[in-house]
Amino acid sequence: MLKLTPFHDRHLAAGGRMVDFAGYDLPVQFHGIIPEHNRVRNTVGVFDVSHMGRIEVRGRDALAFINRVTTNDASKLAVYQAQYSVLCYPDGGIVDDLVVYRLPDCYFLVVNGANNEKDTAWLHEHLSGEVQMENITEVQAQLAIQGPKAEPAIQKVCSIPLTPVGFYWAAHCEVAGVKALVSRTGYTGEDGFEAYFPAASALRVWDAIFAAGKEFDIEPIGLGARDTLRMEMKMALYGNDIDKNTNPIEAGLSWVVALDKPEGFIGSDVLKRVEEEKPARRLVCTEMQDRSIARPHYPITVQGQLVGNVTSGTLSPSLNKGIALGYVKRQFAKAGTEVQIDIRGRTAAALIVKPPFYKHGSVRKGQSGKA
Amino acid sequence: MANFPSDLKYAKTHEWLKLDGDIATIGITDFAQGELSDIVYVEITAVGKTIKRDESIGTIEAVKAVSDLYSPVSGEVTEANEALKDSPASVNKDPYGAGWMAKIRISDPTELASLLDAAAYAELAAKSAHH
Repeated sequence: MLKLTPFHDRHLAAGGRMVDFAGYDLPVQFHGIIPEHNRVRNTVGVFDVSHMGRIEVRGRDALAFINRVTTNDASKLAVYQAQYSVLCYPDGGIVDDLVVYRLPDCYFLVVNGANNEKDTAWLHEHLSGEVQMENITEVQAQLAIQGPKAEPAIQKVCSIPLTPVGFYWAAHCEVAGVKALVSRTGYTGEDGFEAYFPAASALRVWDAIFAAGKEFDIEPIGLGARDTLRMEMKMALYGNDIDKNTNPIEAGLSWVVALDKPEGFIGSDVLKRVEEEKPARRLVCTEMQDRSIARPHYPITVQGQLVGNVTSGTLSPSLNKGIALGYVKRQFAKAGTEVQIDIRGRTAAALIVKPPFYKHGSVRKGQSGKA
Repeated sequence: MANFPSDLKYAKTHEWLKLDGDIATIGITDFAQGELSDIVYVEITAVGKTIKRDESIGTIEAVKAVSDLYSPVSGEVTEANEALKDSPASVNKDPYGAGWMAKIRISDPTELASLLDAAAYAELAAKSAHH
């Protein structure tokens, strides 16, 4: 039986085409992936991301525990600051990627919906010291409001000024009179927010945000456009670009791997060695040179030699060309390298390019630096 | 709701067919274009080739995924709709008109008898739809 998010009726009313995603009945699209994608790039769109796993961690040893299981350095977080991070296996393979928030009374972890149970079990297995963990996924709703007009839209229904809330910072406030945690985070490359609030008040928040965003033609956005938006930014998707057989160094996530943490972390020994010896392959961005579209698992070759595989691919609605992420052997990973991708038996030319594919996102990274 | 003109024949694999003499024009149904959504590229690879019924004669790329175009009849692929190169979205907007994909000179007219009429196809589409 598929689980329903608190917004399920709203998706059906908006004509959402529903699919099973992470065990939830979620909209893959409403009226088209390309127009929804453009809505987020141009003004503002709303994603129901209530399927994400949400876990509170508290107790005297919460920080030590989180620093042991995640790759980034959570000790650097100020209260209300957030950081992107990774959970690793001892061999350096990836359990999941996540966002870690430091809140006044706990640490708050947001993990991939499809990995919620696995992560929760993994975390329980590695609990040590005085730590309490609570999975609050079911009682909480989560929306991502993304796009250059996200702030003016939700500011109208938010009880605090949002301009001072920097990139990867959060605040407690009220949205439409409902107590919420709001952070300037997202998965689109645009400026925007994620809001966490009680599932019981979810529809009140939804309706208020849509009323507030009406002047910007706000729309609900499906999973299809979520995927094209993140791909244009080279944001990794667990299950495609990262998984237990990939490590964060080769995935280009060294910036969230704090190898200098004095106590180390699960996987740190292996990752140190990978970093020193340099990874055998790297996750790269490739742009197709003709109308082809690469899809996951298509072979990447150079002069007939297999050098890697595609992990994600689509038509980029913003660039109107085929784009793909994939792993290639390190010596072929440099931007400017010409490669070929086997498109169902036909060889198509592709060029390795610098990330991100889309360079005009409104995301306000500069304000706070990366956590 | 998806539209299925009554003067066309339909295949279970979601193609439509219109016969004019011995030339069959084929494309994908309104239901199929809706399922694929956002069609960005249509490539007919079998122009000039003799193909068997249910054989793939090309590919349809949507943003989300790629799918094969199957011929509902045997024959020779005589023409591909070149206009789709510049306007693949015609398949979404006008699947039975500007969105046609290929013409086939049919070699076995008896195959037509096994295709569905609009009512039977509508029933099939309703069963295949997401709920």
